[in-house]
Amino acid sequence: MARISLQDIRHSYQTIVAKAAEYALKRVHLEWQDGGAYALLGPSGCGKTTLLNIISGLVAPTEGRVLFDGRDVTTLPPEQRNIAQVFQFPVVYDTMTVFENLAFPLRNRHAESSRVDARVREIASLLDLDGLLGRRAAGLPPDLKQKLSLGRGLVRDDVNIIMFDEPLTVIDPHLKWQLRSKLKELHQTVRTTMIYVTHDQTEALTFADQVVVMQAGEVVQVGTPVQLFERPTHTFVGHFIGSPGMNVLPCEVSDGTALFRGQPVPTETPAKAPADATRLELGVRPEHIRIAPDTGSGDDGIAVDIVRVADAGRYRVVEAMAGDHRIHVLTREDADTPLGPARLQVDPSRTRLYVDGWLADGADTGRA
Amino acid sequence: MTLEFRSVVKRSKGETLIHAASFTLAPTGFNVLLGATNAGKTTLIKLMAGLDRPTKGEILLNGKDLTRLPPQRRNVSLVHQFFVNYPHLSVFENIASPLRVARVPGADIRRRVHEAAELLRLTPFLERRPSALSGGQQQRTALARAIVKSSDLVLLDEPLANLDYKLREELRDQLPRLFEGRGAIVVYATSEPSEALMLGGHTATVSQGRVTQFGPTATLYRAPQDLETARVFSDPPINVAPIRKSGDRLHLGDSVAWPAAGTALATVPDGAYTVGVKPHFVLPGGDAAGTVPVTGRIQITELSGSESIAHFDLDGRSWVSQSHGIHPYQVGDLHTFHIEIRGCLYFRPDGTRVTA
Amino acid sequence: MAVKTERQAAWLLVAPVVVLVAFNALIPLMTVVNYSVQETFGNNFFLWHGLGWFQDVLRSERFHAAFGRQMLFTGLILLIEVPLGVAIALAMPRRGPLVSVCLVLMALPLLIPWNVVGAMWNIFALPDIGLLGRTLNGLGFDYNMTQDPLSAWFTLILMDVWHWTSLVVLLTYAGLISIPDAYYQAARIDGAGAWAVFRHIQLPKLRRVLTIAILLRFMDSFMVYTEPFVLTGGGPGNSTTLLSIDLVKIALGQFDLGPAAAMSLIYFFITLLVSWVFYTLMTRHDPS
Repeated sequence: MARISLQDIRHSYQTIVAKAAEYALKRVHLEWQDGGAYALLGPSGCGKTTLLNIISGLVAPTEGRVLFDGRDVTTLPPEQRNIAQVFQFPVVYDTMTVFENLAFPLRNRHAESSRVDARVREIASLLDLDGLLGRRAAGLPPDLKQKLSLGRGLVRDDVNIIMFDEPLTVIDPHLKWQLRSKLKELHQTVRTTMIYVTHDQTEALTFADQVVVMQAGEVVQVGTPVQLFERPTHTFVGHFIGSPGMNVLPCEVSDGTALFRGQPVPTETPAKAPADATRLELGVRPEHIRIAPDTGSGDDGIAVDIVRVADAGRYRVVEAMAGDHRIHVLTREDADTPLGPARLQVDPSRTRLYVDGWLADGADTGRA
Repeated sequence: MTLEFRSVVKRSKGETLIHAASFTLAPTGFNVLLGATNAGKTTLIKLMAGLDRPTKGEILLNGKDLTRLPPQRRNVSLVHQFFVNYPHLSVFENIASPLRVARVPGADIRRRVHEAAELLRLTPFLERRPSALSGGQQQRTALARAIVKSSDLVLLDEPLANLDYKLREELRDQLPRLFEGRGAIVVYATSEPSEALMLGGHTATVSQGRVTQFGPTATLYRAPQDLETARVFSDPPINVAPIRKSGDRLHLGDSVAWPAAGTALATVPDGAYTVGVKPHFVLPGGDAAGTVPVTGRIQITELSGSESIAHFDLDGRSWVSQSHGIHPYQVGDLHTFHIEIRGCLYFRPDGTRVTA
Repeated sequence: MAVKTERQAAWLLVAPVVVLVAFNALIPLMTVVNYSVQETFGNNFFLWHGLGWFQDVLRSERFHAAFGRQMLFTGLILLIEVPLGVAIALAMPRRGPLVSVCLVLMALPLLIPWNVVGAMWNIFALPDIGLLGRTLNGLGFDYNMTQDPLSAWFTLILMDVWHWTSLVVLLTYAGLISIPDAYYQAARIDGAGAWAVFRHIQLPKLRRVLTIAILLRFMDSFMVYTEPFVLTGGGPGNSTTLLSIDLVKIALGQFDLGPAAAMSLIYFFITLLVSWVFYTLMTRHDPS
């Protein structure tokens, strides 16, 4: 187990870098505690897999250093870093049995056979693979194969980190729940540092204690699931996390009040905009808007036209149009929302101003 | 327009892939096939497309038998999970390809391709090759091809499965609008219950080669006619436990009981039944009326920012509670949850649901 | 019925090929079958001979010897070419500018017409002026392809290895690059050495391509004619007379049409049988 520091990592897949845009990773600086559960979350091409490969040693960064417990491992190959990795598509050794698969990393390191046997059985029972030890790995279904690849990571007790690269891609939704809970449970038992890479917010938020949100080679925000949900420091995080994501509405600021389409919208703190700001926006989550009937008077909320109510099972997604701007509102499963004109009232304590994409007030944690 | 399956059976290599499927699809809204991998969704789609022929039974389009008709004579479009485009053609030519085959005049092709491209926001990429596009753009190209063709039958086989989560959300929102008012029967296969709900329309739940139920999506979700349908249509998985009716009480294990009056089990004979409770009807607190307290040891906790999930042990079964807000559960603690009685579904030993 | 007319149209499209195959495969084959049961004294005068020619051929020592040489040849080249081909493919770079250079170099021997290969090696092996012959003799070996059977076999095998190992290399290489990177990465992380990677990842994943490579090399080598004919003409003596060469000698050299036809058919069935045995053996444990 180890504390991991990524110091000023930059990476480009080109040998000669002319422009900043050619960096797949643009200066990433992160510090990860021993035994934590972390997630790297972002859309395809945001650099999360590159970062993962830099930590595992499959890719050497163009600039910067990787430290495990203060020891510089930047130039070490993966086999000398004591790490484990679970890939998107399950990797098992087809010619071997489940037992031999689990024993493989130990046997490669010449462990005594009595220890191999004990360890394999211990891990197999942890993963509910006990009954399958004698089976050939080739014939297993994807979820068991993925458990097996995970088991190969867990079987060594000296691993510094276990990394997961979108491990649930090929797993059915029902089994996804089981496997995800299993991962969470495993982390709570073995307390190894774990890093989970995904584009799926639900997977990231439910697994990790700390989530690193990335976009276009940069870290946009690091925070707990609650922080990311309650207080996104960038409109991208607001949009990316939550389903549907945060509503982002263009606004103006005058006398400490934010105006959306000329109408004042209450915010958490008085709205202040720097003079050189090019883009001012209000961010409010669909969960934090209330729908009120349209009384015709001026001050009881944003005037909208409700155009659609979608049944999402546990809740409903209401789609309201304010001019050309679409605003999503979540309501209860049993709420009845008529189509047509209505007013939207935002929760002021959860409505915030964003300047050029970044949260106007509060600490700018993402760019630390 | 209707597409009707009459007791369609498909067997292959001694295995029954589809057990006597009968249903009628209409062009109003999406028709979702919901089920796990290998449940039989793709087999059903292949039968509709004509890529496979039924072992028994008939498939009728507007009452006309097309069981033996090959795909090229069925006027169908198929969009696959993997982005299938012609790699050597531009996006424009890719979208235009079904029209070229149908010998549509050039001016018409240009108009229809531009229309479809505009709908799917592909206009800036029309001159590019598919390989220069992102996954989402490639799949939108495949969708555009399905749209220009004005087919009777549009088959979408997990079209969003290989896309990023956010992109999936966006396209899922657009898809029903794209096909609205086109008069085509749209079939959409997915393994995700949430996707079926968001698409609305009708849903057929598929499990182990059987269509367990077909009907309006919301009805299937809230009033499944059997346990298998309820299982397929619950994400996270539905909590299932045996209960016993004796007199006017329903007993869950030894310590939990609630009155049968007011539930579907009010008038049925005493005996063993099964209760199914979706995780969002298992509340973390609040001693409100209409709930039953149950106490279990917390095994795993998950937090998704706006929701809390707890897995707890109840009489040796693992239960899940999913609720809004942040609840500070501690693993290993005993916690009292409250089951909402109105959220309970009751099933007979043979799996059919008891309705009041 | 619409389906029926479509099927008919489909058959029409295939018709030219059917006619062509009938003309250049079926008709000659039937002629051969015909000859194999007849005795002729020329002048288009034929007599029924039953299975006599087949019995003669199967009992003849000449056939046994040719068959033995054929098996030896095929066995040797498979034993050399398959491991060598896999080894070269493993050593080839996976990415970078060298890939295309290697691929072109590998493809070169395959592009040379077979009779040219034979002629090339014939000159190459000449003991007085050929590069190979001269060098070997210079090194003190008593090398003379036209006099010494061992020299002839050595050259024959060397030529085939030079000509055909590339095929195994290219097939194996294609199989190798289709193995996802994740497997190699997982193996590195699991601490597996090069041998373990080969044994547990590459070899199992190469199973299918290797089956095809071995089958192709088996069939081709069993039917080989042009190159050994141009190189040694079956000599010295009969030492390199493989089945096909012997067959042509009987049919065209001695004009014994009956025995030649019977031998052709036996030859054909042996190839078919051994290919089938090979194929079933190699695909028996295929999990999918």
